[in-house]
Amino acid sequence: MSSEPLDLSRESNDVGNTVDKAAKWIFFSCALVTVLTTVAIILVLVDGAIDFFSEVSLVEYLTGTEWNPRDSADPSFGVLPLVWGTMVITVGSALIAIPVGTLTAIYLSEYADERIRSALKPTLEVLAGIPTIVYGFFALSFITPIIQLFYPDVGVFNALSGAIVVGIMIIPMVSSISEDAMSSVPDSLRNAAYGLGATKFEVSTQVVLPASLSGILAAYILAISRAIGETMAVTLAVGMLPQITMSPFAEMQTMTAYMVEIGTGDASVGSIGYMSLFALGLTLFLMTFTMNLGSMWIRSRYREEYQ
Amino acid sequence: MTANGPQTVASSESSGSATDAAMTDDAPLGSPRVDDAVIESRDLDVYYGDDQALHGINMDIPERKVTALIGPSGCGKSTFLRSINRMNDLIDIARVDGDLYFHGKDVYDDDVDPVALRRKIGMVFQKPNPFPKSIFDNVAYGLRVQGKDDGDVEKKVRTALERAALLDEVEDQLDSSGLDLSGGQQQRLCIARAIAPDPEVILMDEPASALDPVATSKIEDLVEELAEEYTVVIVTHNMQQAARISDKTAVFLTGGHLVEFDDTGKIFENPESDRVEDYITGKFG
Ligand SMILES: Nc1ncnc2c1ncn2[C@@H]1O[C@H](COP(=O)(O)OP(=O)(O)O)[C@@H](O)[C@H]1O
Ligand SMILES: [Mg+2]
Repeated sequence: MSSEPLDLSRESNDVGNTVDKAAKWIFFSCALVTVLTTVAIILVLVDGAIDFFSEVSLVEYLTGTEWNPRDSADPSFGVLPLVWGTMVITVGSALIAIPVGTLTAIYLSEYADERIRSALKPTLEVLAGIPTIVYGFFALSFITPIIQLFYPDVGVFNALSGAIVVGIMIIPMVSSISEDAMSSVPDSLRNAAYGLGATKFEVSTQVVLPASLSGILAAYILAISRAIGETMAVTLAVGMLPQITMSPFAEMQTMTAYMVEIGTGDASVGSIGYMSLFALGLTLFLMTFTMNLGSMWIRSRYREEYQ
Repeated sequence: MTANGPQTVASSESSGSATDAAMTDDAPLGSPRVDDAVIESRDLDVYYGDDQALHGINMDIPERKVTALIGPSGCGKSTFLRSINRMNDLIDIARVDGDLYFHGKDVYDDDVDPVALRRKIGMVFQKPNPFPKSIFDNVAYGLRVQGKDDGDVEKKVRTALERAALLDEVEDQLDSSGLDLSGGQQQRLCIARAIAPDPEVILMDEPASALDPVATSKIEDLVEELAEEYTVVIVTHNMQQAARISDKTAVFLTGGHLVEFDDTGKIFENPESDRVEDYITGKFG
């Protein structure tokens, strides 16, 4: 029993209350910085894009099939060749990363024993930590020469090499997020299926995969939006020639690669070439933002409930 | 050949069948041999890494009866149950020594496929674990996996639900998620799922321990009915439950030893072992 009189007043706990209040404000300020930065980026993009679209019609930008802002006599601002370059790289890399990443995740989560898993997971994380410019060099010095072994006419810069290298780059993202989702499926579900005479393959594909589908789809979307925004590797591997072509061996240019080109080149501030950066930046932002929204929607819509 | 009292015949390695394989020194008190055994455990040891969880288990499980495994927590009841349908294979560090015969065939022989074994020996777990699928698909899952979904799946599903005493409650909502059911209903769903592919043996690991008394008594009634068609092995830490529903009772005590195995009435009224008597009367455990 306490001998002091019971004191429950606020004043009795002054220090604690002050620390609590200060902490709350510090946390809030940090959150605020993040939010304000995001808002500022959007404002800058929108502001620059407005300038750009006061000189170039939105219709030309969205439907034109030629992108050549630096021809001072007859500049053209059709974004489609750049979007095409981005799409080819994105779809191509997804075709590589989704199957390989998903199968890797299934292997790690369902098949690998503890020893293999503890060796493989850090390796994948290292792969995810390599600077993307290194992947670009890897494409130029390794992947492209291999492609050239089979198709000697292929140039140094080509979309295939870029798609492959971006694919490799985003495999760890697909596999690690998918593996997290699969590992969080409770063992009780696996046991239920094993107890009914299911094979490991059936447990993996019929029980674990469906139960972790939302996390896996979210991984795909995040990886795809990473591919859309990928810059350095594609600048090095894919090249600088904006064109719409069906050939995967052709040189192309992605939106991001063009932004590197113009941003590091001689475009003077205020020129139309410079302003096009903002339009492209905003376009990219909207594309990846939509993807991320989609990922969030899938997660909330298809979130499985276990007890 | 029924034996009363501990067997002292030396072990013979002479044949693959357990019928004439004799009990060893590890034979428990009581009558560990039964005439119509479906499952015969012989000198079964189970290890988790370096820890031995079961020591030389010798007992028979009779056909179409309820055999209860009782004993204090951690004495190896679940381990023994899992060694019958080789669910222990799924635990990396688990290792099994000795023999376990199912219809005279040692299930730990190299040529036995545990997947095929589990199709004959179904299992119900301690915590209800329906798949995040519809009630229908939960029950149909085993049929599909076992390739028994050729005929009238709907009829088989309904029959299984009927036998699990759940059909009346879920008849109009077969398409809704199994997870929407109450705990007791979920466990009956899991029982329906286990019996739908028509196994011979059903293993149940404390199937009512997570349920309220009303749901528990439904499960108990169900277990007794199931024994008309299936061989049931049920783990329970609830002695009254074992006394109510089982024909045979195996008492495991601390350290992973099977101490006594006999008719349930005998175990509860007049056990041979003093330790079992103490345990039954609540003096320890
Ligand atoms: N997966 C496992 N890994 C390691 N040890 C285990 C595992 N499962 C059970 N054990 C150990 O084996 C012994 C018996 O456990 P268990 O069969 O679950 O007992 P019961 O079901 O009678 O409570 C306990 O000492 C337990 O700690
Ligand atoms: Mg247990």
